[in-house]
Amino acid sequence: MLVRAALRTSRLSSLATAQRRLASSLVFLEHKNGKLNDSSLNAVTAAQSLGSDTAGIVVGSKSDVDGVLEEVKKIDGLTKIYTAASDSYSHSLAENVAPLLASVLPAKNISHIFAAHTAVGKNVFPRLAGLLDSSMIADIVALESSGDVFTRPIYAGNAILKIKSSPKDKFKIVTVRTTAFDKAKTGGGSAAVEEVEATSGDASTKYVSEELTISSRPDLSSASRVVSGGRALKSQENFNKILDPLADALGAAVGASRAAVDAGYADNSLQVGQTGKVVAPELYVAAGISGAIQHLAGMKESKMIVAINKDPDAPIFQVADVGLVADLFEAVPELTKKVEGAKA
Amino acid sequence: MRPTLPRLVNILVPVKRSIDYAVKIRVASDGKGVDTNVKHSMNPFDEIAVEEAIRLREKKSTKVDNITAISIGPAKAVDTIRTALAMGADSGIHITTPENAVVEPIAVANALKKIIDDKKFDLVIMGKQAIDDDSGSTGGMLAGLLGWSQGSFASKLEVEDGDKVHVTREIDGGLENIEAKLPMIVTTDLRLNEPRYASLPNIMKAKKKKIETFKPEDLGLDLTPRFETISVSEPPKRQGGGKVESVDELVSKMKEAGVI
Repeated sequence: MLVRAALRTSRLSSLATAQRRLASSLVFLEHKNGKLNDSSLNAVTAAQSLGSDTAGIVVGSKSDVDGVLEEVKKIDGLTKIYTAASDSYSHSLAENVAPLLASVLPAKNISHIFAAHTAVGKNVFPRLAGLLDSSMIADIVALESSGDVFTRPIYAGNAILKIKSSPKDKFKIVTVRTTAFDKAKTGGGSAAVEEVEATSGDASTKYVSEELTISSRPDLSSASRVVSGGRALKSQENFNKILDPLADALGAAVGASRAAVDAGYADNSLQVGQTGKVVAPELYVAAGISGAIQHLAGMKESKMIVAINKDPDAPIFQVADVGLVADLFEAVPELTKKVEGAKA
Repeated sequence: MRPTLPRLVNILVPVKRSIDYAVKIRVASDGKGVDTNVKHSMNPFDEIAVEEAIRLREKKSTKVDNITAISIGPAKAVDTIRTALAMGADSGIHITTPENAVVEPIAVANALKKIIDDKKFDLVIMGKQAIDDDSGSTGGMLAGLLGWSQGSFASKLEVEDGDKVHVTREIDGGLENIEAKLPMIVTTDLRLNEPRYASLPNIMKAKKKKIETFKPEDLGLDLTPRFETISVSEPPKRQGGGKVESVDELVSKMKEAGVI
């Protein structure tokens, strides 16, 4: 009896291993207006590091899906693209998109699902986790190929937590800090497309409208250079007058501290920090930003940090590679001129 | 035609006791957590949630029947509930856990679901994330578990005609407006409002307000963590590179680094 039981256990466990090998990863490919959101490419890289099959899923209205399909088929290393088209999926309402993902995971034997830790990922994935009564692993900066060990920052990036997910959570629902993973290459892939059946969502939630901040500058989360301003700029007028020329000279995106946003100098969507965007550009210029821990959480992975501040004791100087104690109203225009001069 | 009776809305506000946002945290010497022997207060996003619930009542366009603050945590979580009561919540619920027990978002979401199933609530307003574990998942999980609408990262909330809800959400690149119906889960962004301070008379009054206490087992809850903590470590330290005297020096440093 005992022997048979033991045999059965070992057969079961080898079966479990085989199943694990068969299981594959899925990346939620975010898009807007028929264009892929670049951040999804970072999520693809995280998914591929597990070494199993990696598929992508594109969900949206028929025209959105058609617009983005050619582009996502070419992402290197994706074996398959699942798609589901329905008008209810436009604008990525979690109430409609999460049930679809919840039906695809078991049906396609998927063990891991990844999304970029963007506003959409942060909205859809927790609901998906709830539908599956599963944990969620948010904002990871690393993962091990075993597929159950993840690293993520906690306490505004002041501590790094490494956790092991239990088999109780059959599906690993993961959002990825984009600045911690390279972007997957595109152009070489030729993934097969498979349509999956659209699910009916919750009609009681409706998209009404959106108000987007239009900018000709690079997108803040993916820009290679960022120029940020804080409360010291004193007004919205100054914010634009002082920072925009430097951003233009550097080809940089503009960011802001929470103080600048709260004071109305800059739009919410420009906020860098724990509760705003996390950026890791080549160059981060902080002008008139003291460097509160919540702000540092959003930018301290930048390669080079330049700080300009009147207060020599500002905490930003403890992380800045180059600090200049000066009045930003004089130093920033001077810097702008010299950057332009260096280019010419 | 009879006028429709105004719907009386019952609001549940989950609040978390977390390390005060201004405290510089330290990794504990066993490498399994952080030093929690420091000042704690209500998670800032939850304060905004409590404030919003009270403002909904004050606006009077919404007939708010009751505002209940709920917290899951050790004995001291009662202080956090009392703070919500002093701000203006009517009653509290405390689900007690042992000191230093880790209660993960999915366990919290299931506990909240249990309370919502047992008592009637129409609207849950909660913070978009706790500033300790930065997971930002409990609200969405609860919405998924209940099958309710969700308005995440709200910077504006309006309830009209009894059950129609307008939410302005902060999204990447700007704002999005959605419309939904109660029951609903709303998670708060920083810009939703500025929370009030509790006045001394209100703090005194709050002491008389009722807090119901439950043990997880009374509610049939299993709060056992699903994650195993392998380690908690300090992030790599960044070396400040020192200061320069002039813009010229700054420019030459930038040139050296190849950024211009």
